[in-house]
Amino acid sequence: MTKITKKLLSQHNLTEEEYQKILVILNRKPNLLELGIFSVMWSEHCSYKSTKKWLKTLPTKAPWVICGPGENAGVIDIGDNDALVFKMESHNHPSFIEPYQGAATGVGGIMRDVFTMGARPIANLNSLRFGEPKNSRTNYLINGVVSGIGDYGNCVGIPTVGGECFFHECYNNNILVNAMSVGLVKKNKIFYSAARGKSFPIIYVGAKTGRDGIHGATMASAEFDDDSSENRPQVQVGDPFTEKLLLEACLELMNTKAIVSIQDMGAAGLTSSSFEMASKGNKGIDLNIDKIPLREKGMTPYEIMLSETQERMLMVINPEYKKITSEIFNKWGLESVEVGRLNDTQQMKIFSKNKIQCNLPINDLVKNSPEYDRNSKKKSISVKYSSKKKDISIKESFKKIISNENFSNKRPLFSQYDFQVMADTILGPQESDSAVIRIHNTNKAIALTSDCNPIYCKADPFYGAMIAVAECWRNLCAVGAKPMAITDNLNFGNPEKDEIMYEIKESIRGIGVACSSLNFPVVSGNVSLYNETNGKSIYPTPVIGGVGLIKNYRKKATISLEENGKIFVIGKTYGHLDLSMYKKIVFNEETGQPPNLDLIQEKKNGNFIRNYIDKYNKELIGVHDISEGGIIISLAEMVIKCNLGVNIKVPPKKNKKKWLFGEDQSRYVVVVREKNCIEKVAKDAGVFIESIGSVKGKGLKIEKLFEISNKELINMNRKFFMDCFS
Amino acid sequence: MISIVVFPGSNCDRDLKVAIEKTLKKKVDMVWHKTANIKKSDMIFIPGGFSFGDHLRAGILATKSPAMREVERLSKKGVPIIGICNGFQILTECNLLPGILIKNRNPKFLCKSVNLKVDNNSIFTSSFKNNQIIKLPIAHSQGNYFADKKVLNSLEDNNQVIFRYCSAKGEINSNFNPNGSMNNIAGIINSSKNVLGLMPHPERAIDLTIQDDGILFFKSLKMYL
Repeated sequence: MTKITKKLLSQHNLTEEEYQKILVILNRKPNLLELGIFSVMWSEHCSYKSTKKWLKTLPTKAPWVICGPGENAGVIDIGDNDALVFKMESHNHPSFIEPYQGAATGVGGIMRDVFTMGARPIANLNSLRFGEPKNSRTNYLINGVVSGIGDYGNCVGIPTVGGECFFHECYNNNILVNAMSVGLVKKNKIFYSAARGKSFPIIYVGAKTGRDGIHGATMASAEFDDDSSENRPQVQVGDPFTEKLLLEACLELMNTKAIVSIQDMGAAGLTSSSFEMASKGNKGIDLNIDKIPLREKGMTPYEIMLSETQERMLMVINPEYKKITSEIFNKWGLESVEVGRLNDTQQMKIFSKNKIQCNLPINDLVKNSPEYDRNSKKKSISVKYSSKKKDISIKESFKKIISNENFSNKRPLFSQYDFQVMADTILGPQESDSAVIRIHNTNKAIALTSDCNPIYCKADPFYGAMIAVAECWRNLCAVGAKPMAITDNLNFGNPEKDEIMYEIKESIRGIGVACSSLNFPVVSGNVSLYNETNGKSIYPTPVIGGVGLIKNYRKKATISLEENGKIFVIGKTYGHLDLSMYKKIVFNEETGQPPNLDLIQEKKNGNFIRNYIDKYNKELIGVHDISEGGIIISLAEMVIKCNLGVNIKVPPKKNKKKWLFGEDQSRYVVVVREKNCIEKVAKDAGVFIESIGSVKGKGLKIEKLFEISNKELINMNRKFFMDCFS
Repeated sequence: MISIVVFPGSNCDRDLKVAIEKTLKKKVDMVWHKTANIKKSDMIFIPGGFSFGDHLRAGILATKSPAMREVERLSKKGVPIIGICNGFQILTECNLLPGILIKNRNPKFLCKSVNLKVDNNSIFTSSFKNNQIIKLPIAHSQGNYFADKKVLNSLEDNNQVIFRYCSAKGEINSNFNPNGSMNNIAGIINSSKNVLGLMPHPERAIDLTIQDDGILFFKSLKMYL
């Protein structure tokens, strides 16, 4: 038997304390296979040991929530017996090491989480964060990640309809790839993972198990150093064709009564799926590891249990339906093999060559996994300030911002994704503040967006996280959708450091406060920690993926202009420039506090916008939220999209710079046909409204300041991403 | 009855079925690729997607399916056959249409709406005005039409090029060629004029709120039927 040494423990990312806990649970020493199982089940990635104490505080309930966190994905009710299943998940560590496969398998994994619950995926989104463009690996990484996402989603035939792509030097050595998938299911056809049934068979389906991704979950739970590229064999390889077959086969089988429970094999593969299913159903499993279909010869039980080969599922089947199960999987050319049986022992027994290889108490391993209340402490932030030049004109500043990578037109990126397949994409990428997807064969549609401003989060993780939720809420309102629920993807550094733990706790607290106030529950999510290289952490990046509902998809808003349209700003402009993109891009300065956020005002303004889109749709031309870059950037984006012009007057007695570039929250640009109607409705609603100009000819014109032609604007704006992918 | 041949990896089959039911008001038979006997069919569609995962080469493995033997047989009897996107690739791979679709000039996948000039001299386009300029979505990375000079000349001489990439004003040149196709070819018919292959997706453009230039395409089919 392998001797358990300190070195072996550290290779498995287990602490001495955790090992002592294992000894108490087992009342004996574990063998190597058992130690491996403990290490992946207790990894940060699978056990949430540093965060679960805080995640429990999040608001997860609402009358429309069918299933909150804890299952493969969250589920909400959207009426007429329809339900939406959605989740966001990170694939940060693998994507940095091998961008194409890392990103592709991220997309594959999140779609499996969705269709495991019986839902056909109907849309995907991605929230991407890269280092500075001048960093030598950035171009390689973004090209690999975007191709990986595109090739996978396109092949499976699920539209990739939007998301974010943000650049900042804090991601130079740790990029973020967060993939979100949304699926549609009938309310009475949702599948869950809890194992049920008396000695029912356990069926393995999908790809054969290989040696790829062994210890992937453990890798995702550790910091990087200069030698991390040596981890490449730990990155899984994706096969979207198999995923497509698995999707169709599973959904076809779900139309019968064969499947009792089902779980995809994601992080920690066969180990995690079998333990989770058994634990949730209070069952035991006898697993015959010799039955697992293998891609390579000579794999040990340790390797088989820890492999993270993609495109695999584990199911408990009603034995009466064994024949139809194998018929359907045969039809789709997939392997389905009985690999074990349920029992009532609550023990996991793994057999090979008729010998017991592993005998572990399931509940002790899953439910009694470590939970840490780690130390946390605020660290004062060193002022980041590098530019000395202060006399840059508004026009020059604006040109710098609109040409910057973070504002460049992302068409060359999004056009690599099939955003139209399934023929229900009403508003695809960059047409509005959220993507809008019709619920097939109905008048309903859903709106999808993802948001987070890491610069705000770094300065004040509590406020930054609140703003991320509020911005997500605002982007849904801006297309006319009722915000329903969120999924959160919490990306942070090493939680064993006090200042990082402080960021984690404060971010979760911020999400909780904003979600409670906006009645916007968290139904699923994912935590990605240890996003650090050589001790340097990313900025806290709690990405919020939001879903909203539109009752009639014809009543929606886009970021459109129309000749003679009247332009208004809803919400008060104070001119907050601290931590703005203006400060960052023009002066490379990140100082001060994020803008103030008044959640009551946020709600009021958002409800006004939604109501106006619904009731006065014929009066309305366009809506665009105001966020990073301020009013001028929102207007410029509308001008570029429509190839029309605006004539803007900065209100008297206002500081022009602050008014144009300020990032005050809870604001929208609204363009209407007629002035009086919106002013009256706003007044009645008690919402602040300000007339700022009109749509005229071509070009962006700020009276008494400057004018820029559309040609110049479009050229500046598209350059970065055109060069990036050429 | 209208048939759609479904391969493992097809992913526009449902969209096509919905479009046919909506515009042609006809019953649709989803024919699994292993079917060796396609019964009475008024028209056969080969849908878009990634049949067999595009393994080896886009469209090539699908040509080995029994259903394609039936498609070949019925095409000789004059049954109209329409291949869209991956369907076009399959039809060229089994020589029901001349030429081949290779990697785009810029090899990345490309999803966008493009302008097309339509030749209305076919059963598939009779509802269009001749040289009408329409807008349809494309989504592919292997849509670059390639053929040798002889084939190309005969296609042009016999008016077999039915859809061509162009500008909004109808200019046909390399600036308005999204994938590098020879002669800006987006869709062709065979010499007997009953087999059509095209890269754009008319089935994604039958909705007023999104795009609707695909409706005229299906209207033409309805007139034929």
